[in-house]
Amino acid sequence: MAQNWQLARKRPTLEKRARIVQAIRAFFVAHGFLEVESPQRIPANAPEPYIDAVPSADWFLQTSPELAMKRLLAAGYGNIFQISHCWRAGERGKQHLPEYTMLEWYRPDCDYRTMMDDCENLLNALAPASQLNYQGRTIDLTPPWPRMTVKEAFSDYTQTSLKEALAQDRFDEVISLEIEPKLPTDKPLFLLEYPVSQASLARVKPGDDSVAERFELYVGGIELANAFSELTDAEEQRCRFTIDEAARRFFGKTPYPTPEPFLNELSNLTSATGIALGIDRLIMLLTDCNDISETVAFTPEQL
Amino acid sequence: MYSCSDLKKGLKLLIDGEPHVIVQYDFTKPGKGQALYKCKLRNMITGALFDRTYRSGESFAPASLEERDMQYLYQDETGYVFMDQKTYEQVILSEATLGDEKYFLVDNMEVKILMYGDTGIGITLPNFVNLRVTQSDPWVKGDTAAGNNKPATVETGYTLQVPSFVEEGILIQIDTRTGEYVTRVKE
Repeated sequence: MAQNWQLARKRPTLEKRARIVQAIRAFFVAHGFLEVESPQRIPANAPEPYIDAVPSADWFLQTSPELAMKRLLAAGYGNIFQISHCWRAGERGKQHLPEYTMLEWYRPDCDYRTMMDDCENLLNALAPASQLNYQGRTIDLTPPWPRMTVKEAFSDYTQTSLKEALAQDRFDEVISLEIEPKLPTDKPLFLLEYPVSQASLARVKPGDDSVAERFELYVGGIELANAFSELTDAEEQRCRFTIDEAARRFFGKTPYPTPEPFLNELSNLTSATGIALGIDRLIMLLTDCNDISETVAFTPEQL
Repeated sequence: MYSCSDLKKGLKLLIDGEPHVIVQYDFTKPGKGQALYKCKLRNMITGALFDRTYRSGESFAPASLEERDMQYLYQDETGYVFMDQKTYEQVILSEATLGDEKYFLVDNMEVKILMYGDTGIGITLPNFVNLRVTQSDPWVKGDTAAGNNKPATVETGYTLQVPSFVEEGILIQIDTRTGEYVTRVKE
């Protein structure tokens, strides 16, 4: 059997990947974060209407380590981070792998504005000279990065009103097909203040109960990270889980058990912020790859 | 019936009663939102190209068309000529119908031709084809790093990335489904 050249060919990118992951660890350690590990096979994920977990015997592979990490926060662990594999059934595209590497980090006693600062600092620590050259474009990483609300994005980049999009269940479609391609790419961009119906595990903005404190970070047109001012009201969280689980059942999806230990311990947390960042997509940006398949040794198709 | 998770490049679907093939495909999913399946489709009869985005939950009828075993004969001004070896019937495919697959045809190759009535509207090639490299820049001395690649052109005019040790005149194996280099063929 001849050498697998498609595998050998990726070695320079995978060497860069290894150094970037080492630099990420060094960054968080230097900023006083504790690296944690939580099981990747769990009895229950947070129910999300559009995220499907991969079953593993009578449990599931994690779609995110978020519930375990928030339990650690609630137990007083302080600033924590984790780099772990996550699985999402059926997600495969130029920016999606069904098994991928996620970086999550959390800070107690802060809100999502601190996360924006963290993102700016992390990328500047990883990219020399505060810039990225991605697919022929130069992305200036000098902070601060522009912040745009979802409301502003709808009024600037599409004919569809936010109200219409939500009423017709076309929010994701308009964001993905009409807004994302038009977002400026000369600098990274925080898209923030999502409608409460898209809040997930984010808290409602104090003083404006129509939006949640959630942001998505876009770099070079790629959606790189999703952050919340974490919802710490256990009753409201239980209520949202019930609604999301009802939506899952309505779509005919596998029912999920309620993550009771998480809900029981959440009330010990007063305030916190957390973020999930796709490492493979970050590698795409830092190594100038236009397909996520180039950032890993093995894609599912090659196994 | 197919569901969204079956969609991929090359899949043949019946849309408005006519056979269509997916020529480009991408999966996209915003944040925590709904999955979208972006397809560029070619109407296999008219050749018309158009984009369509599907959402999970949609289903599709397969375009069940007859495929016939044929042999590639030659190319002339009418197009690419194939022959059914049992009936000696000949079918001609245009360059547009073949697309990039024209680069992987070699004389006497056994292929499957997709038929719509008496008209050939598509082709299924063998998974691998051997083609000779006709042009590639020479290997630079000292360049021994694993994974180093360079462009090469093969006898059919197709250009692809190959390892740096591949020189002009050698025979290489190409995966016709991805268009990628597989290995050097020992002669």
